[in-house]
Amino acid sequence: MSDETILKVDDLKVWFDVKKQGAMPWVKARKLKAIDGVSFELKAGETLGIVGESGCGKSTLARAVMQMLPVEAGSVVWLGAELVGLDTRHMRSHRKEMQMIFQDPLASLNPRMTIGQIIAEPLKTHFPSLSGDEMKKRVQDVLDTVGILPNLVNRYPHEFSGGQCQRIGIARALVVDPQLIICDEPVSALDVSIQAQVINLLMDLQKETGVALIFIAHDLSVVKHISDRVMVLYLGNVMEIAPARALYAKPMHPYTEALIAAVPIPDPKREKAKQIMLLDQDLPSPLDPPSGCVFRTRCPIAERRCAEEKPLLRDTGEDHKVACHLR
Amino acid sequence: MTLLQVRDLTVNFDTADGTVTAVDNISFDLGRGETLGVVGESGSGKSQLVFGITGLLAANGRVTGSARLEGQEILNLPDHKMNRIRMEKIAMIFQDPMTSLNPYLRVSDQMAEVLQHHRGLSKRAAITESVRMLDAVRIPEAKARVTMYPHEFSGGMRQRVMIAMSLLCQPDILIADEPTTALDVTVQAQIMRLLADLQADFGMAIILITHDLGVVAGSCVDTLVMYGGQVMEKGTTEGLFARPTHPYTMGLLKAVPRLDRETAQLETIPGNPPNMMDMPAGCPFVPRCEFADERCWNERPELKRAEGFKTRTRACHRSLEELA
Repeated sequence: MSDETILKVDDLKVWFDVKKQGAMPWVKARKLKAIDGVSFELKAGETLGIVGESGCGKSTLARAVMQMLPVEAGSVVWLGAELVGLDTRHMRSHRKEMQMIFQDPLASLNPRMTIGQIIAEPLKTHFPSLSGDEMKKRVQDVLDTVGILPNLVNRYPHEFSGGQCQRIGIARALVVDPQLIICDEPVSALDVSIQAQVINLLMDLQKETGVALIFIAHDLSVVKHISDRVMVLYLGNVMEIAPARALYAKPMHPYTEALIAAVPIPDPKREKAKQIMLLDQDLPSPLDPPSGCVFRTRCPIAERRCAEEKPLLRDTGEDHKVACHLR
Repeated sequence: MTLLQVRDLTVNFDTADGTVTAVDNISFDLGRGETLGVVGESGSGKSQLVFGITGLLAANGRVTGSARLEGQEILNLPDHKMNRIRMEKIAMIFQDPMTSLNPYLRVSDQMAEVLQHHRGLSKRAAITESVRMLDAVRIPEAKARVTMYPHEFSGGMRQRVMIAMSLLCQPDILIADEPTTALDVTVQAQIMRLLADLQADFGMAIILITHDLGVVAGSCVDTLVMYGGQVMEKGTTEGLFARPTHPYTMGLLKAVPRLDRETAQLETIPGNPPNMMDMPAGCPFVPRCEFADERCWNERPELKRAEGFKTRTRACHRSLEELA
């Protein structure tokens, strides 16, 4: 990890228009604030974990950073260049620097292409001047890196297991030599024994190539293992962001506390002795978020002030930021 | 008498490419009010095991062996008899509550149907009873929400509806097949707590099928570890987690990252999950096992009592000293 900041996201907002089914054309659409003012930075070679319940905006944030969604407001500065508002042609030159891998390894590979073609495709798009031989060499090299035998290039995705498909997805991201890979739930569809293989592969690759990772997952144990820093999202707002060790050892936000407490530990003695703070209810509708602090409706320590005033993300020292009036 | 006694249960599927054995000779006992965890990765046969017991196998599936409920054989019973046992004696909840509820019917209608059919209640009495059960699974404003459709509930609430429905006839056994896999951790914690509370109230036995070792650790008294359709190891949950005696269990426990520990590098189980069409002659785990030798490839290990343990059974040729 170096000190160079490669990605700076500032007050990013992504809003979706939502209309009731069967609404008349003149009825104004309501705004769903999927991402409501998120700011963070990412350093070269760093891993930022993003956690939160489903529907909190993890994937939307990743897509907005990649400019795959229209951004309402805010800025995304990538290697000194503003990405928000770039046209497709200019954006394309940045796409090779930031790649993505997805949750369902089989669904994210085209079933009608061989894995060789799948992995060569980003090369054809981003490095059209490469000769056929050079391309073949790079595809074989990258397959070797992710641990797939290079003589399998002519096979189709369905001939591989889930874990192998995820390796192929990683190879496709890696082949253009990106500086950032956004991993959207890369291991949640995999079995425990395969999950560990893929996590180790990602960590080894990072050591070798110095690629930065944004690692989105709902599994807090996995995120803790792989991340340098962790960001906790709730209803499109950052609740807390801190170095992984500090966040897990001393969570400051009540939501982070509840999340961590809810993770079952594979140790019967500890698990049964554990006091857990249960959050009641479910995530409120993002169409109609609570006033003030968005978490207050499920927060065990909420006070009147929490309903009136939205807490700002403030630095409590040592890179530990939290958005709570009471902590 | 043991509540459920399963002996040599085997499930075969006839496919175009030959017969596939999804569950291979499994035996276990379940007592009243006990909780048994069945752990395994996808394709280990854990779901087919309970489908075999409850007669829910696909059309090309066949089950052999024996499963006795209070002494009475229930394998391959005719449908009209099995229908009474399902729901009244054995109820089941599944991973995805949306696909197990009927999207066209109000929750009240789906729940009342169960009581009308099995207990002969009138519709009105059935709905009153349904509301009481929704209250028991802590659905707020149960009375108002009972007339809603499944899509109007969130994932966690839908799973509560499923649980309420499964408990309507006060079954002796509740089979929960990955009940929290599709849910967020915070909701998972709520549901697991709810199941434990309901078990204390109603006294049913639970078979909990899951791939999550943490979930098993928190809720099961006994645990059965499956791989490739066979039992690798079985014992009390506490003992099994503290001192696993099978290379697969040991590998699994090392492969999960843990919140309560710092690990520099995760240990992995090399290789891929087993291909059920092409199983080795010996132990199913042998292609991925670091301790495997000639014998493990050729000879199937029997499930035997582990040396020096009271209740633990394991299926492994290598002695405990060799694995240490």
